[in-house]
Amino acid sequence: MKVEADQVFANNQAAAAVGATGAVIKMKGDKVGVFYGSKQALFDVDLDIYERQVTALIGPSGCGKSTFLRCLNRMNDTIDICRVTGKITLDSEDIYDPAIDVVELRARVGMVFQKPNPFPKSIYENVAYGPRIHGLVKSKADLDNLVEQSLRGAGLWEEAKDRLQEPGTGLSGGQQQRLCIARAIAVAPEVILMDEPCSALDPIATAKVEELIDELRENYTIVIVTHSMQQAARVSQRTAMFHLGELVEVDDTKTIFTNPSEKRTQDYITGRFG
Amino acid sequence: MTTSVSAIVIIVLALTALGYILGRQRALAVSDREKTKLHSLPGYYGQTVALYVAVPAFLLLGVWLFVQPIAIESQISSDIPQSIVDQSGAKSLVMADVRRIANGLDLLVGSGGFTETDLANMRADFSNVRSRLASVGVALGSDVQPAVFEAAKSYRNIGKAGSLIRNIAVLVTALALGAWSWFRITPRMRARNTSETFIKSLLMGSSLIAILTTLGIIGSLLFESIHFFRIYPARDFFFSATWNPQFRGGSDLGILPLLWGTLYVSFVALALAVPLGLMIAIYLAEYAGSSLRSFAKPAIEMLAGIPTIVYGLFALITVGPFIRDWIAQPTGLGSSSSSVMTAGLVMGIMLIPFISSLSDDIINAVPQSMRDGSYGLGATQSETIRKVIMPAALPGIVGAFLLAASRAIGETMIVVMGAGASARLSVNPFEAMTTVTVKIVSQLTGDTEFASPETLVAFALGLTLFVFTLGLNIIALYIVRKYREQYE
Repeated sequence: MKVEADQVFANNQAAAAVGATGAVIKMKGDKVGVFYGSKQALFDVDLDIYERQVTALIGPSGCGKSTFLRCLNRMNDTIDICRVTGKITLDSEDIYDPAIDVVELRARVGMVFQKPNPFPKSIYENVAYGPRIHGLVKSKADLDNLVEQSLRGAGLWEEAKDRLQEPGTGLSGGQQQRLCIARAIAVAPEVILMDEPCSALDPIATAKVEELIDELRENYTIVIVTHSMQQAARVSQRTAMFHLGELVEVDDTKTIFTNPSEKRTQDYITGRFG
Repeated sequence: MTTSVSAIVIIVLALTALGYILGRQRALAVSDREKTKLHSLPGYYGQTVALYVAVPAFLLLGVWLFVQPIAIESQISSDIPQSIVDQSGAKSLVMADVRRIANGLDLLVGSGGFTETDLANMRADFSNVRSRLASVGVALGSDVQPAVFEAAKSYRNIGKAGSLIRNIAVLVTALALGAWSWFRITPRMRARNTSETFIKSLLMGSSLIAILTTLGIIGSLLFESIHFFRIYPARDFFFSATWNPQFRGGSDLGILPLLWGTLYVSFVALALAVPLGLMIAIYLAEYAGSSLRSFAKPAIEMLAGIPTIVYGLFALITVGPFIRDWIAQPTGLGSSSSSVMTAGLVMGIMLIPFISSLSDDIINAVPQSMRDGSYGLGATQSETIRKVIMPAALPGIVGAFLLAASRAIGETMIVVMGAGASARLSVNPFEAMTTVTVKIVSQLTGDTEFASPETLVAFALGLTLFVFTLGLNIIALYIVRKYREQYE
């Protein structure tokens, strides 16, 4: 693991350096707290998400990392009893401001879920769904083009181009997840949130999705929740460690994995708890 | 005869309880003596003995009760001289007399002052049987023929002998099998599995009863319909546009006006119920909070619990006159308070809960991940419902629709009271029309034997309706089954 990690760090070195010097803050969490009814699930989380970087959220189950992720595009709004305190900004705009249109926010901050959830429609319709509801294209040709670009962007074009009219649910698990990524990038979001995107996939499909995440970094800001230390090390530039609803520490991925400042982080990444 | 059946049932039940206790005791005693552990809980051994006592005995009793009357009937009826049959017209009429006299003789003996020996010596040609029987409340149409009287006497005797043999056979079966299974008990006997087998056959038997009943109903419908089509041309039945039954004969029995009425009323009903029901379902499933939902859903389902005759009253007294006075008469479209519109609208209200409740369940069954996926792309709630949830739930909703449609097609009471009973082919929804079910009722009410086309047509109508609703149900089942595969 050590050797492998070192290699990965070498690969990520360049990006990390840029992040340290000239990275722009895309999203900013300021004392974010989340309550489910009277139970508090997240305590005063201050976390910055840098533009065109992959930020990994790690921590044991129930530590609040998915909860934080879902705050970033207000998916928690769909849960009746959920209440968010503190402030989250996207390009310095408060996303919980009543004046903000949550529908528009979610178009700017897309999401890929833990279990692949393609709609029971054709592959084409799955990708065309977002552009259609947001009116992003004028003509059928534009839409065709956008669908192709999105599928290419998700690395699914070669596999799917001959079966665009077949149901998306007929694809394999890994293909379905890439279809969901294609669906998300079709609406041209600025940020993509990924909630354990590989937890339902086999190692080969996982490798493909991870490769894709690395490519997507060029154009998108990505936040990924993962249970796999290796995955966090492989794909992310920054890592945030959560425990019991608190942010334990956040730093460059390399620092977190080689020289964490908190003992809890060290224990978790070496497998001593969690 | 009935008293002796209930007596034997009680005796067998008592034996069953006894078998349970003895079986359980023996299991405990045997395991204690042999110092081995029982394979099953002691109760299972008791249950095994009880089952061996009860099940074969009751089966035998059931079969016997079914077969004995048939056997006796065929024997007696072959003994009746042909002359008597000719006299009264049909053998079945003679046999009905025989049964009534036999029954009367039972009562006579039961009322006292008349012994079995008196009865054996009684002869129809010397004593007045008719007045004797009238004294115990059995009225006969004419004086009793000696041969019929003798037949009744032997009917009684054979029946009594048969019942005695039956009782003995049932008791012997119960005791013998009970004792056999009791002696068989050893600690290693797998009593638990016996009980399992019994449960399985019990469940299987229950479903078999439902299936056999269905087959029986179809069979009788088919049989009588074939009978009908032998005396009335099928071509006229299916393609004639006139429905005009005459009990003197020479009627026109075309199904088209009835079928038209049925479809028209159902169409109006569904046109009201489907959009309303669907919107209710969407509101309940997607928008309503849990507290409102828990109140509103049962409240709407209450509509389904109202007897259709009450809906009929509502149609007759409120909706019908309202439509006539405010819509039909001012526009000059009709002057009758019974109309397709009245029946259709009221039936539509009745159908709302069928659509809303089923669709609500189906919409709820669409996985939350579909909604999340859509919201995550920035879709609004109604976009999500329109473009993701409804298409995903559509097959199930079609199933609900077809179920409601078969219900509408089969409805009778609301139609009689709302749309009237005159068969008519018309496109004006404010005119009175009628449906297949209503005509089935009106053809069968009144005292006629089932031999004329006017009564037998009811079966052909019923069969047509059955084929219709069966077809709809099969389509519904097919769609629902296809829907189930979607997410797995």
